[in-house]
Amino acid sequence: MTIELKNIGKSYDGNSWTLNGITTEIESGEFFAIVGPSGCGKSTLLRMIAGLISISEGKIEIDGKDVTNLPPQDRNLTMVFQNYALFPFLSVRDNVAFGLKEHKMDAEEIKRRVDEALDMVNLTEYGDRKPRDLSGGQRQRVAVARAIASDAEICLMDEPLSNLDAQLRGKMRSEIRMLQQKLGLTMIYVTHDQVEAMTMADRIMVLHDSKIQQIGTPLEIYNHPANTFVAEFFGTPRMNLLEATYDARLNKLVVDESLEFDCEDGMDRDDYIVGVRPSGFSVEKAADRSNARVVNAEYLGNMSIVELELDGGDEIRVTVDDEMNHDWMINQRMLVKPQGIFYIFDKTGKLFAKGGSSNGTSRSEEEFVATAAR
Amino acid sequence: MEEVMSKKERISRYVVLCLLSVFILTPFVLGLWTSFLPTADISSGSLFSTHISLDNYVNAMKNTAIIRYLLNSLVISVLTTAFQLIFCSMSAYAFVFLKFRGRNFLFGLFLATMMLPFEAEVIPNFATMRQLNLLNTYSVMVVPFLTSAFGTFMLRQNFKQIPAELKEASDVCGLSHWKFYTKVTLPYAKISLLTLASYSFLSSWNQYLWPMLTTFSDKYRPVQDGLRQLQSQETFNDWGMIQASAAIVVIPTLIVLFIGQKSFKSGINEGAVK
Repeated sequence: MTIELKNIGKSYDGNSWTLNGITTEIESGEFFAIVGPSGCGKSTLLRMIAGLISISEGKIEIDGKDVTNLPPQDRNLTMVFQNYALFPFLSVRDNVAFGLKEHKMDAEEIKRRVDEALDMVNLTEYGDRKPRDLSGGQRQRVAVARAIASDAEICLMDEPLSNLDAQLRGKMRSEIRMLQQKLGLTMIYVTHDQVEAMTMADRIMVLHDSKIQQIGTPLEIYNHPANTFVAEFFGTPRMNLLEATYDARLNKLVVDESLEFDCEDGMDRDDYIVGVRPSGFSVEKAADRSNARVVNAEYLGNMSIVELELDGGDEIRVTVDDEMNHDWMINQRMLVKPQGIFYIFDKTGKLFAKGGSSNGTSRSEEEFVATAAR
Repeated sequence: MEEVMSKKERISRYVVLCLLSVFILTPFVLGLWTSFLPTADISSGSLFSTHISLDNYVNAMKNTAIIRYLLNSLVISVLTTAFQLIFCSMSAYAFVFLKFRGRNFLFGLFLATMMLPFEAEVIPNFATMRQLNLLNTYSVMVVPFLTSAFGTFMLRQNFKQIPAELKEASDVCGLSHWKFYTKVTLPYAKISLLTLASYSFLSSWNQYLWPMLTTFSDKYRPVQDGLRQLQSQETFNDWGMIQASAAIVVIPTLIVLFIGQKSFKSGINEGAVK
């Protein structure tokens, strides 16, 4: 089931756009994540695809068929909600069977599907309980079971894991991903959590300011962020964005006197924004030649996140492997140098070029993404 | 949440509560007690008489139309309750789940009728009923109360608490409005429906003014007016028997409250959404 969004827009008041110019194609069997900060319109977009909210502009096609004006039940899809949306007065079994009974399926077929769905989410023994007797994670699994019991090939999920605690979230993440793969579902998954999107999705759509910022695979988005918003949104800790001026004589981007970035030819203006991931700096203790002081340090066991204030006034976050065994002291003087990849954005925030080399001592981004995905 | 109270505070609270319950319960106990006493003892004021018997009850059932009154009231109250549940829940559903122009204005109009005391509507209602030739029938006591603004208001508030996601999930399943109403809304609002049922049953059971104006024969007269009737029919009031009748009349009220209370469990809708 391919889903095609053609220049979709939504306006509630006729003046301002909640969503504007959304165009993309979602492949059959694809895990497609829609990511963005709260209020960016991602849930609205999902509800427009579901048919729960009308579309102000544009067209939606499922398998080549225009469904823009079809009611939800004729779009052959299921939906899982953030707050589960279970019927409190029905048992787990009846909750899972709810949609099937509406489609006038015969009782045996319903039983078979419900059993199968409950088995898939490991809730077989809980069939006769009421939702209130289940934990949050179990309730969400009932909601997932309800979605997979139907024969719909498209599944929409609206922040299904954000009510769960961190540990459970991690577990459900891989469970949902496995189910989607196993059943070959076309999944549209809305989340505000970049880690969820990175680890689960085949492709990600980043929404912000009611527009698409970028669509791409997790790797593409991490390695080639289209603009500063995407660059900052993906990756923990956040990418450092520093204002820099281009010095044509040195062919360098200068942040301040003591922090400069080499760049290729072809720079055509004076001011840029340099984006550096926290792993893209090296930090050395140097008494004579220093350009920053330590503001704060957080130990995470395998690494530390160090906040430094550059002499030019900018604050940066740097991750440092704890093998270096630093004893970070507040106000300690340090020498910060670029190391590895950095990004050059123009003044409007658009990616202009990528600089540096990835064969430094820092962990490369590809490696980081791979670890996160595991 | 349970409060931590000092012993002194707890004792003083209990004393106040005990005094209040004595104050409230005394008339009831007194009424029940006198219903077992012969009228002669009651009128002579000897309340601590030992001539206790069920004679008054037997008397009431044999010599008065109390059973007929009970039956009439039962028919009227059950019909009123049933129709109020149906019509109030349907209109409340419309006010919450159907989007139409002037919805809020219409609801405001609904609420406005609540501000009007029933006494103010008595005369126009009476005139209407007389025109329709419905005086002295069951209909005259049921039709004006088929729906109530209060019931609609109460259920609307309750339906509004149904999570929007349940409606969306049902829309995705393809539930029609009628099915969402019967399969989701009504079960979800079970407690409120029971509350409304008890409320409308009791208010119908305790009606006095309206039936007094519109019924003229024992065939249709409900209990409260029947009780009044017992007093004036005889030259000499048989107080023991009247007390016994009153006690009989109270029994259904107690049953409704008892059943109602048992089902007013809270937390029944937990687990729908986080």
